[in-house]
Amino acid sequence: MSDSKSRTVPLSKRGLNFETLMWYFTRLSALAMYALMLFALIGALVMGARNQMNFADVMRWAFMPNAAHVQSTNVPDLAPWATTFWKAVAGLLLFVASSHGVHGLVVIADDYIPGKGARKVIRLLSIVMLASVTAIGLYVLWTS
Amino acid sequence: MGLSRNVSLWTGLRYKGQGPYLTFILHRIGGLGMGVFVTMHILVSFLGGSVGLFLNDIYKHWAFQIFIFFCALFHAVNGLRITILDLFPKLIDHHREAIWIEWAVFLPLFGVSALVILMTAWGG
Repeated sequence: MSDSKSRTVPLSKRGLNFETLMWYFTRLSALAMYALMLFALIGALVMGARNQMNFADVMRWAFMPNAAHVQSTNVPDLAPWATTFWKAVAGLLLFVASSHGVHGLVVIADDYIPGKGARKVIRLLSIVMLASVTAIGLYVLWTS
Repeated sequence: MGLSRNVSLWTGLRYKGQGPYLTFILHRIGGLGMGVFVTMHILVSFLGGSVGLFLNDIYKHWAFQIFIFFCALFHAVNGLRITILDLFPKLIDHHREAIWIEWAVFLPLFGVSALVILMTAWGG
């Protein structure tokens, strides 16, 4: 037990700005990633993963439900794993993960970069990186 | 808000933040590790070629697999603890106990997985 009691301030006194919204986004997107991975895991089991894949490959699919991730397994037919539905789930997971990650990078950069101008540059680079990597990732997911 | 540091690197390295600081810094290392890996993985899948084959060989190495699994699992377990404590602030009074629970969840999962990775790599 810690020595000092925690103190919570109601939202009305804290105010609601972009940083507060991103604070919530970081936590809620973490829960969303857990939910999407659990969903992909259940989907894999429904599609027969229990008899056709080892645990490591099932987890690889759960982390990113892309048909290329089950190519090296004993799954006889990749068609059910490569549907538009699973591509959409993978795309959603990629988008949630990359925005969570890029905001995390901004938070880390803010701790080490004191200058206002440099921080602006980092934010701009982060937005460019988020957009480009997500777009390339979606292309890879859709064409693999 | 600018930062002004009046401590040396050596003083910084000797900072004794104990358990909470260890999880804080490992969370950052794990996040950065995954960020670099996922970005490289996406770019290599897009570009292919000999660079792709070279990087795939790195991904398949047991040392890299143990490192990236550490990054992913620790970030996931620690992130869940942070989320639970932040969304239910009354629990923050028990944050040190929560960190012990976190290690009790993380270490067996990571230990068994690392063992399986090593046994697979070394043909055990």
